[in-house]
Amino acid sequence: MISLENVSKEYAAGIPAVKNVNLQIDDGEFVFIVGNSGSGKSTLIKLLLKELEPTEGTVMVNDIELNKLKHKEIPKFRRDIGVVFQDFRLLKDRSIYENVAFAQRVIEKSPKRIKKRVPEMLKLVGLAEKYRSFPKELSGGEQQRVAVARALINEPRLLLADEPTGNLDSTNSWEIMRLLNAVNKKGTTVLVVTHNREIVKKMQKRVITMKKGVIVKDVPEGGVLGEN
Amino acid sequence: MRISTLVYLVRQGLKNIVRNKMFSLASVATMAACIFLFGCFFSVVVNFRYIVEKAEEGVAVTVFFDEGLTEARITQIGKLLSDRKEASEISYVSAEEAWDSYQKDYFGEDSRLAEGFRDDNPLANSDHYEVYLSDVSVQDSLVKYIQGIEGVRKVNYSSAVANTLSDINILIGYISVAVIVILLAVAVFLISNTVTIGISVRKEEIAIMKLIGATDYFVRSPFVIEGAIIGLVGSALPLIAVYYLYRSVVSFVLERFTILSLDFVSSKFIFSYLVPISLVIGLGVGLLGSFSTIRKHLNV
Ligand SMILES: Nc1ncnc2c1ncn2[C@@H]1O[C@H](COP(=O)(O)OP(=O)(O)OP(=O)(O)O)[C@@H](O)[C@H]1O
Ligand SMILES: [Mg+2]
Repeated sequence: MISLENVSKEYAAGIPAVKNVNLQIDDGEFVFIVGNSGSGKSTLIKLLLKELEPTEGTVMVNDIELNKLKHKEIPKFRRDIGVVFQDFRLLKDRSIYENVAFAQRVIEKSPKRIKKRVPEMLKLVGLAEKYRSFPKELSGGEQQRVAVARALINEPRLLLADEPTGNLDSTNSWEIMRLLNAVNKKGTTVLVVTHNREIVKKMQKRVITMKKGVIVKDVPEGGVLGEN
Repeated sequence: MRISTLVYLVRQGLKNIVRNKMFSLASVATMAACIFLFGCFFSVVVNFRYIVEKAEEGVAVTVFFDEGLTEARITQIGKLLSDRKEASEISYVSAEEAWDSYQKDYFGEDSRLAEGFRDDNPLANSDHYEVYLSDVSVQDSLVKYIQGIEGVRKVNYSSAVANTLSDINILIGYISVAVIVILLAVAVFLISNTVTIGISVRKEEIAIMKLIGATDYFVRSPFVIEGAIIGLVGSALPLIAVYYLYRSVVSFVLERFTILSLDFVSSKFIFSYLVPISLVIGLGVGLLGSFSTIRKHLNV
């Protein structure tokens, strides 16, 4: 479960990027976060990852209160969370296989398990044949699918995706969404930041709208979105 | 930790070194220069100490008595001398023995030269004690003490040789420490720079690692390993050089200057100290260089 209580974040004193946010997301939910550029969506994601500390309020993720989390406990906390970034953030000097295996090496899985899991994940995202390629030899959609494979290989409880389709065409975007929907069906909580209205409309999930750091709308699954 | 993780981390460390060839090479070279000089100085100092020690063994203070001093008093003085802990050994040399030894030293086998003195020992009254020292540095205090003993006419001692020897040795020691400390500082600086570059090249990778749950040690280890390997390689290479250099210098000197009947400390003895000390210094410098940098640039 994710819960934010009266959370604010100011990068510079007096200018909040996120302001008095109260939010609760239950396990197994699929949630879109939408809003104009600069409305604080990425900041919110970073707060959930404890990449940033809130200026005010308490953040709880996977039932852990983040401001009580010691520095040493952060890695263990993050191992339950998968992250996908808009710009993919793959390691350019490593093969696709290594990029996905990397997530398992970092958390010190056995080589045997890595050998088994990586091809499975690559198959899931439809890139089984490309395991030897390097990121620059892949299309944007393919690279994003590698990023999704990397985020999912450790079977996280929560998946955070910050504009995972921002650089993709419609077909590729749907491909990614299909993947995210599939892991959500298997029980992973999924939180997707996006600007893609078409997708948001069609998927009929819970949609949270932010504006200038504030949550201005929170439409439950199957609800009526309306304009903006 | 898993073996596979360790292997992975070491591989990453090696990768850092290879990716960053120029700086790694500069660091290894500086480290090597450092240890090379250290090895040379060390060999010289150890040999010097060895020579000094041998010289010290031969250094004696000679104690002469007042004219006509009674035998009882002489024995008493002998007792006083042997009670001193600065004295490792004392021996009594009678006037006759002194003369005999003098003849041997100065006239050699040609006893005719000494004929003229036959009945008249020119060294009468020169019976004395020879006090051998435990350590040259205590000579001054011992001499002072002996001069204060009643019945002692004169104390002969040679401050020059032994003191000069140990002074030179101390000087060499200071100079080498100074040079080595400077070089070590340069080595730490270079290794730290090398690691800094490694970190900046891998910034993106480190950020991703952290976000997907890498522990601090997992993020840091490759850089620590990088520093350690540079330090170890940088100290191992010159040791090999110093080893062959030492052996060839020793055999060269022994061959060319046989007359000097010089004696060197065995390379085995020298290297039984030099190898572990150098490797520890190398490792220490490597770790210091990388740790200090990681502290500064890797706020994980
Ligand atoms: N590191 C930072 N330092 C200072 N200000 C920042 C920083 N990151 C973001 N901001 C500011 O905080 C506000 C919210 O930024 P945020 O990145 O959360 O927006 P966003 O909703 O993700 O926008 P976009 O849709 O363009 O990604 C913006 O006004 C931005 O300028
Ligand atoms: Mg953003």
